[in-house]
Amino acid sequence: MLLIRCPYCEEERPELEFRNAGEAHIARSANIAGESDDDFEKFFFIRSNPKGVIHERWRHMHGCARFFNAVRDTVTDKFIMTYKAGEPKPAKLPGVAK
Amino acid sequence: MSGAFRIPGAGRLKQAKTARFSFDGQAYAGVEGDTLASALLANGVHLVGRSFKYHRPRGFLSAGAEEPNALVQIARDDARKTPNVRATVQELYDGLAAQSQNRWPSLAFDVGAVNDIASPFFSAGFYYKTFMWPKAAWKSLYEPKIRAAAGLGVSPDRPDPDHYAARFAHCDVLVLGGGAAGIAAALAAAETGASVMLADEQAEFGGSLRFETGARIDGQDGFGWAQGAIAKLKAMDNVRVLSRTTAFGYYAQNFVGLVERVSDHLQNPGRELARERLWQVRAKRVVLATGAIERHMVFADNDRPGIMLASAARTYLNHYGVAVGKNVGVYTANDSAYAAAIDLKKAGVNIAAIVDLRDNPTGPVIDEARALGIEINFGRAVVRAGGKFRVTSMTVQPKNGGGERTIPVDAVLMSAGWTPSVHLFSQSRGKVAFNDETKRFVPGTYAQDCVSVGACNGTDGLAATVDEAYAAGAKAAKDAGAKAAKGTKPKVDAGESWSRGMLGAAPGAGPDTTVKAFVDFQNDVTAKDIRQAVHEGMHSIEHVKRFTTNGMATDQGKTSNMHGLAIAAETLGKPIPQVGLTTFRAPYTPVTFGSIVGHARGPLFDPTRRTAIHPWAEAQGAVFEDVGQWKRAWYFPKGGEDMHAAVDRECVGVRKTAGLFDASTLGKIEVVGPDAAKFMELLYTNPWEKLEPGRCRYGIMLREDGFIYDDGVVGRLAPDRFHVTTTTGGAPRVMNHMEDYLQTEFPHLNVWLSSITEQWAVIAVQGPKSRNIIAPLVEGIDMSDEALPHMSVREGKICGVPTRLFRMSFTGERGFEVNVPADYGQAVWEALWAEGQKHGAVAYGTETMHVLRAEKGYIIVGQDTDGTVTPNDAGLDWAVGKKKTDFVGIRGLARPDLVAKGRKQLVGLKTKDTKVVLEEGAQIVADPKQSIPMKMIGHVTSSYWSENCGRSIALALVAGGRDRMGETLYVPMPNGVIEVEVTGMVFFDEKGERLNG
Repeated sequence: MLLIRCPYCEEERPELEFRNAGEAHIARSANIAGESDDDFEKFFFIRSNPKGVIHERWRHMHGCARFFNAVRDTVTDKFIMTYKAGEPKPAKLPGVAK
Repeated sequence: MSGAFRIPGAGRLKQAKTARFSFDGQAYAGVEGDTLASALLANGVHLVGRSFKYHRPRGFLSAGAEEPNALVQIARDDARKTPNVRATVQELYDGLAAQSQNRWPSLAFDVGAVNDIASPFFSAGFYYKTFMWPKAAWKSLYEPKIRAAAGLGVSPDRPDPDHYAARFAHCDVLVLGGGAAGIAAALAAAETGASVMLADEQAEFGGSLRFETGARIDGQDGFGWAQGAIAKLKAMDNVRVLSRTTAFGYYAQNFVGLVERVSDHLQNPGRELARERLWQVRAKRVVLATGAIERHMVFADNDRPGIMLASAARTYLNHYGVAVGKNVGVYTANDSAYAAAIDLKKAGVNIAAIVDLRDNPTGPVIDEARALGIEINFGRAVVRAGGKFRVTSMTVQPKNGGGERTIPVDAVLMSAGWTPSVHLFSQSRGKVAFNDETKRFVPGTYAQDCVSVGACNGTDGLAATVDEAYAAGAKAAKDAGAKAAKGTKPKVDAGESWSRGMLGAAPGAGPDTTVKAFVDFQNDVTAKDIRQAVHEGMHSIEHVKRFTTNGMATDQGKTSNMHGLAIAAETLGKPIPQVGLTTFRAPYTPVTFGSIVGHARGPLFDPTRRTAIHPWAEAQGAVFEDVGQWKRAWYFPKGGEDMHAAVDRECVGVRKTAGLFDASTLGKIEVVGPDAAKFMELLYTNPWEKLEPGRCRYGIMLREDGFIYDDGVVGRLAPDRFHVTTTTGGAPRVMNHMEDYLQTEFPHLNVWLSSITEQWAVIAVQGPKSRNIIAPLVEGIDMSDEALPHMSVREGKICGVPTRLFRMSFTGERGFEVNVPADYGQAVWEALWAEGQKHGAVAYGTETMHVLRAEKGYIIVGQDTDGTVTPNDAGLDWAVGKKKTDFVGIRGLARPDLVAKGRKQLVGLKTKDTKVVLEEGAQIVADPKQSIPMKMIGHVTSSYWSENCGRSIALALVAGGRDRMGETLYVPMPNGVIEVEVTGMVFFDEKGERLNG
């Protein structure tokens, strides 16, 4: 069972308390009704599914109930870092080369 | 008394009490402290099972968890029958009853043994190749036959009466393995004050010190030192010592699963003791001290009962005081078997000969064996074993060929060397590295905060092991935040040491032979099978493994993997590291389902939710149905009514007078804040800004893709406060959906969301007399149609307690939903029921609720919709705000497919024969005479007998349905085709006059 650090509770808590909520940093357009079919397809259907570093949303379901973002390596299943919802993609990741 | 093969004065069970037991109905005596294996061996019993595929007679290979052969069935009573228990692990208790497995009719005469004679037909990949065709025969013929013939043991056929405990634990240092290395590491860590857990799978700690007579630590014999050290550790507050506890899985972030066998060794465990306890441990540091496992020699007929690992024979002698034979042969490729021969010889057992594959080895154990007068043959191989139910001889030949010599024996001890137990290290995602010199895989690159010490790390020799382990234990504690150790390192005065050995097939079982030289005993895989797999194109070790099933039995190849790999590598002509090792997977040894399930079974499997009114419904004899975790009253049968009669009566009663319905399970969310209306505008398709406080509206929630996600009536209590209802099953996900948008897409909105499902009990009172029933109990609410019209809500009091009184209807009748604080739910229900009795009201359940709403064409999300239905498809376009510029799903609704013609639309269906009730889920076709497969144009979503309409009614999703009004369609069923007419969705009171009736 993974330990996940909730950036709101500022504590590592067991995976059981959390729920994955899909890829992060996919913003809903303020003018969504006016979006082209292609843009809507990208927004709603297309996900990156990388082998390696992924940015994804998690919810501390059975804790503070907040949504937050996490950077995880899909190969090692290790959480590299977590940060609050609304914060930008971290430019530098701790402990990751490049 | 406890067996003819028990040697007086030998072993550690000298003063133990007698324990009687039976094996295949035959009574035997052993002593307490025995395993089933040692007790049987003490009685001279070697034959304990039949092999999986060839049904060959099998005996004990080992004295531990790696045992592939000696699997038995243990039955405590009719419900407690455990198959595949390793006799080498099962501790003896008085009255233990064991049965052999995989034989019929008896162990000595087994019909299945014909497979052994027919073995040329059962080679590697046999199942894959033979049962390919005809295809139809697989299901009817091959599979049932194979399933009947295959499998080990018999599963219990009754519910498990035992209970299983579970514990979570955290510690600084978790030490896995309680041999010399584990104990030394635990001592070092414990002395720093760090919290330490030490676990070992055996009943007694000591590991290989159980058999190593040459070990002396701190002036004591090795095993005695271990017991003293364990007693010291047990007395420390910061240490938890777990025996009979197997670490079976190493998961992410130093999370280790262990199973503790609490009572399997006890004669009468009693009800209060759990059978097993699952430990889920999170450790800051893990020390792996899992030891090494001896390998057998791969030669012809090496599976005959009486042929076993040298260390096993030594354990039976030195720990249990049991000789495995009277005239014992030894076949080895390393030094450790000599120690076994020496111990047995000193105990008075004749050693027929030692056969050593090595040419001219030297060393103290060889000198000692020679000094004891044991015949030693270097550079020779055992090419064959004689005997069937027990080995009778070993045939020896110079390893490069030459004259044979057959030596009579009643047991053969073998050792091909030792395999480090890197299972847990590998499970932790560490990468093993091959040491070419010692021919073994040892821990290479670590992936987690753990360290391997002693034999599992490839460290040879007791002194080096204790040094390494003690230092690692201290470092692990320090890394976990503890201070430096202040104890003293155990001093090793003497120890045993060996390494090397051989991998793969021995002479006489080489590529040019067809003998049965077993690599994997449990799955009956021979050296020849592995070569054949390579020849047939399996070049990856993972393919070889699956094709031959080598290492895939319940012992997971603890003794066989390295041999199998070496034979594959040799056949491929590649070095071993290039062929690679198969993946180690949890569990290390089999784990019962019981220990994983723990208490989560029966009523504790999933929580049961009951409403405040549940006890009343129960007292009325309601029949309940499960809706998610809820128990809901389904119908209320009176005087022997069946379901149909009860539902018909309830349906008629509601429309004639009134009915009371427990709607408490309805999801309820309060949306509060200055921006509550703005938030509602974004989450629902309907307009909300202009909804007057005190009024209600039927809301539809979409997902971003434009499909209906949920629906419900929403009341606006105040400009900044909405009381939202959701479907019963949808409540949690609707709340999650709302929170998701509020927190991440619309965080600028000043809104709070609260789940209030369980705060309010909801009593629906529906029917022409509903107002008459409620009005006498209500204070402070004007109940007139002018003051409280359909789709409105008021706050006030009922029976003296606060209420949110909704005027709304899910039946098409004049109706109310009385929300009261849940604690008052039953009291208010009883007051309303008493009032209702004056008017002849009925109590109704969910079935009647379903029928009544279907009579009115009201949909149920999740029944009439399935996640691909738009508001338009459901005929609910009127609920989508046309002037709105944004709401979740607005863009999805405009997708080309969602606005295309010919979409499936919700319509009513009337069967031509009014008595026929369609089956929900039944497919609909336009032409019943077309050939199969027919073109299906829709399906039935809801279907009931309507007593109020005097006919059956149904709702269906039909392609282009609203353009088909009056058309005849067909529902082909196994018993014939049903003719239906497409109609509107409202079957009763089409004008809706009864809402105010």
